[in-house]
Amino acid sequence: MPVSKLVGARIKRREDPQLIRGAGRYVDDVSLPDTLHVAILRSSHAHATIKSIDTDAARQLPGVVTVVTGAEIKDQIAPLPVSGGNETLRVPRHDVLAVDKVCHVGQGIAAVVADDRYMAEDALDLIRVEYESLPVVSDPEKALVPGSPVIHSEWPDNVAFRSEQKQGDLTKAFKAADKIVTQRLVHQRLAPIAIEPRGVVAQYLSSDNELTVWSSTQIPHMLKSHLAKMLKLPENQVRVIAPDVGGGFGSKLNVYAEEALLAYLALKLNRPVKWSEGRRENIQATIHGRGQVGEVEAAVKKDGTILGLKYKVIADIGAYHQLFTPAIPPFTGLMLSGCYKIPAIGVEVAAVFTNKMSTDAYRGAGRPEATYVIERMIDRVAQELNLDVVKVRKKNFPKPTEFPFKTATGVAYDSGNYQLALSKALKRSGYEKLRRDQKRLRSQGRYLGIGLSTYVEICAMGPKGMWEYGKVEVEPTGKVTVLSGASPHGQGQQTSFAQIVADQLGVEMDDITVIHGDTAVVPKGIGTFGSRATAVGGVAIYKAAEKVKEKARDLASHLLEVDSEDLNFSDGRFSVKGVPKKGLTIQQIARQIHAAQNLPKKLDPRLAAESQFEPSNFTFPFGTHVCVVEVEPETGRVEIKKYVAVDDCGKVINPLLVDGQVQGGIVQGLGQALFEEVVYDEHGQLLTGSLMDYAVPRAADLPRLNLARTETPTPVNPLGIKGIGEAGTIGSTPAIVNAVVDALAPFGVTHIDMPLTPQKIWTLCQATKAPRNRSVSRKS
Amino acid sequence: MDAVAKKRVSIKVNGVEHSHQVEPRLLLVHFLRDVLGLTGTHIGCETSICGACTVMLDDTAVKSCTVLAVQADGADVMTIEGLAQGEKLHPLQEAFWECHGLQCGFCTPGMILTAHQLLMRNPKPTENEIRHALDGNLCRCTGYQHIVDAVQLATKKMSRNVAGSRQKTKGNRHR
Repeated sequence: MPVSKLVGARIKRREDPQLIRGAGRYVDDVSLPDTLHVAILRSSHAHATIKSIDTDAARQLPGVVTVVTGAEIKDQIAPLPVSGGNETLRVPRHDVLAVDKVCHVGQGIAAVVADDRYMAEDALDLIRVEYESLPVVSDPEKALVPGSPVIHSEWPDNVAFRSEQKQGDLTKAFKAADKIVTQRLVHQRLAPIAIEPRGVVAQYLSSDNELTVWSSTQIPHMLKSHLAKMLKLPENQVRVIAPDVGGGFGSKLNVYAEEALLAYLALKLNRPVKWSEGRRENIQATIHGRGQVGEVEAAVKKDGTILGLKYKVIADIGAYHQLFTPAIPPFTGLMLSGCYKIPAIGVEVAAVFTNKMSTDAYRGAGRPEATYVIERMIDRVAQELNLDVVKVRKKNFPKPTEFPFKTATGVAYDSGNYQLALSKALKRSGYEKLRRDQKRLRSQGRYLGIGLSTYVEICAMGPKGMWEYGKVEVEPTGKVTVLSGASPHGQGQQTSFAQIVADQLGVEMDDITVIHGDTAVVPKGIGTFGSRATAVGGVAIYKAAEKVKEKARDLASHLLEVDSEDLNFSDGRFSVKGVPKKGLTIQQIARQIHAAQNLPKKLDPRLAAESQFEPSNFTFPFGTHVCVVEVEPETGRVEIKKYVAVDDCGKVINPLLVDGQVQGGIVQGLGQALFEEVVYDEHGQLLTGSLMDYAVPRAADLPRLNLARTETPTPVNPLGIKGIGEAGTIGSTPAIVNAVVDALAPFGVTHIDMPLTPQKIWTLCQATKAPRNRSVSRKS
Repeated sequence: MDAVAKKRVSIKVNGVEHSHQVEPRLLLVHFLRDVLGLTGTHIGCETSICGACTVMLDDTAVKSCTVLAVQADGADVMTIEGLAQGEKLHPLQEAFWECHGLQCGFCTPGMILTAHQLLMRNPKPTENEIRHALDGNLCRCTGYQHIVDAVQLATKKMSRNVAGSRQKTKGNRHR
């Protein structure tokens, strides 16, 4: 990469002037004349047969235009799509509205279309549904037990799919072990809670034969293709627009029933329709994340060397698959080696149907689970062998010279220096002194805990079809238009992508416009997820800009009448070697060739280029997080005293944005560790259906985070960037849990399942007179 | 469900008087967004928890998703659209921009107005006071640190402005 001026600079965002004035435009702000409003009746039962639906009274309410039910539309809209999965995958039919049976609370049953939202919601109350309850299974472990109620009667049991990965000689590893450390771990269900709930507006213009769908989505192009298929329309008649999107975290990386339903209603009624998800609907009917219960076994030598690891896990996928549901649990298996050399690893996944909302990709998507497993196990091993947690980590790290490093799970880590990130984090946190403080305070009855997480994750999705599209064009005015298929939802790509292009072409950032999120303007794309936007989408743009520069060189050579080898390029200007005054900027070239009629045939008169970049491998960002907590046994309260994070995401385009991603990520991981859990009772009723019951972190829940970086570029792409969208979330959860468990070591605690609520901790401390070395794991 | 008679409300919003017939059950946030077209005020939870819908009602920050439009009859409301002076951003807006205090931007209008309320009451808050004042506003993107930085920066900007305008006044007096 050439010497740059803007890449690596802390530049404030170009997105912000609109947003800070309240002039952003989210889906709910899209207001079209003559719009009808949609409200959805959702199941109050977790599992029931629908005997009848009476919509007569609702239809008669003034202002109601129509009411539709599942039976009426099932032949008009194809079921919801599922991607990925192996040959064992079972896909139950997932209709847009339930037809004769409901399988989870919140499943859509009927939709009211009315003149305004208040009327539509009034009408919901008038729809009478006669249910016949069926036995419910909400616990994933119970769902696997023979004799459990079966949710989808097409199959004999609740297994959604199974997968198995085994590499290395596990038998030998477990035979050679001095000790086998086991632990049961629960990754509770989480709700993504983007502050903007989902929303859809759909409009059909019969004059243009075009259906336009505005959706709060991370993947407008994928959504367009799926909607076309579901509604049996040619793709060129469907346009999807993702306007400003108010956070996603994976929850908007999907194709939802409401998106297809609204598109259908717009076509049917020939009027614009709008649906804005309420928060209660959002917790009931937007995907959840995590939801795994596993048993881990680690075979270790006395010195802390890990010889082998087995993980047997049950993944709770809910009642149906959503778009990427089958792809998430296998990611956990893929990353189970963490940043350690483990010669033999075996993973068995059993994914099960339960009477709950689907799980799917939520920030980290399978990697937080893997990191939690391995990082908790490292601490458990250290505890069992009476070794320091730092020593066990260092013992098992690969050396920086061993990269690309192949794991026993079958991936090749691109580049890394785990020792450097660890030592930097230990130094910043004052680790040695912290241990001394801990000892001193314990003697005073105060419980300080120090927790580490040395994580590695998999990013930049990726090879094998997950390309991204970019286009760069220098317009005749000299202004530059950049198109990207990576449609952001807060990541700031209008800024970071402009930085990349400004550097490449030597033009001012103010002359560059980055366009995304409209399938009619950007011809193709995949989307923003899996920390891929910059490491794949940004690289596509970089490559397109590179092509534009080469085209400009040929044109400059023609216009200046010199060989292209005799041209220098710097600061956006081609000049003749030895005659620096004779030259043209890229912008001047664009202006001149626009009018040029007699260019040689081999020269393309448009200063434009596209690129569809697909990386050869994933990238593997890593780092060390150190968390220091104090636990108050009298109240069970956990106070975070200090948080140090040293992250390595390779080269950095904009440090300000990277800091933002890391901070937000850490706090989301903290939410899982301490507060958050989607709770269903044994009847499949959702007990955490509002933000009063589902606790997300608040500003006063944490101290100032202390951030630093190391920089190990990836060889996978020419910019050397790895991605940073999920690292914070992946790294933080185990660091916090390790810290709390460490604090409670004097109480004989070896493990607590998340979330580490005051109630759980208090109960545990109260039971301190009980024998020590007890593990408090949630038994169901 | 019988239709309930509409009621006329007169509400001053961002300095402009508006008078409309509304259903008694219409929420203030829907009045602002759907009747007046001021979509800068966002709806995130409809239960007063997330704070995305925060507006100033007679100089008090309220969550407009749980205030009825009829309750605001005769009141003076300021939304995020009313904070800047024309092209000139409010110091809080400048600071949110400079400190990268927003990512998706959805919580931002409510967050800025809550911070505005804090600074009206306490022009020099400590970090702890800022964090507690923002406790009723959820942000899922930033982890709050850059928001706290922004409020601290705005505090400095505003005290400079106050000092600046005092000096100016003094100068005028001398003349």
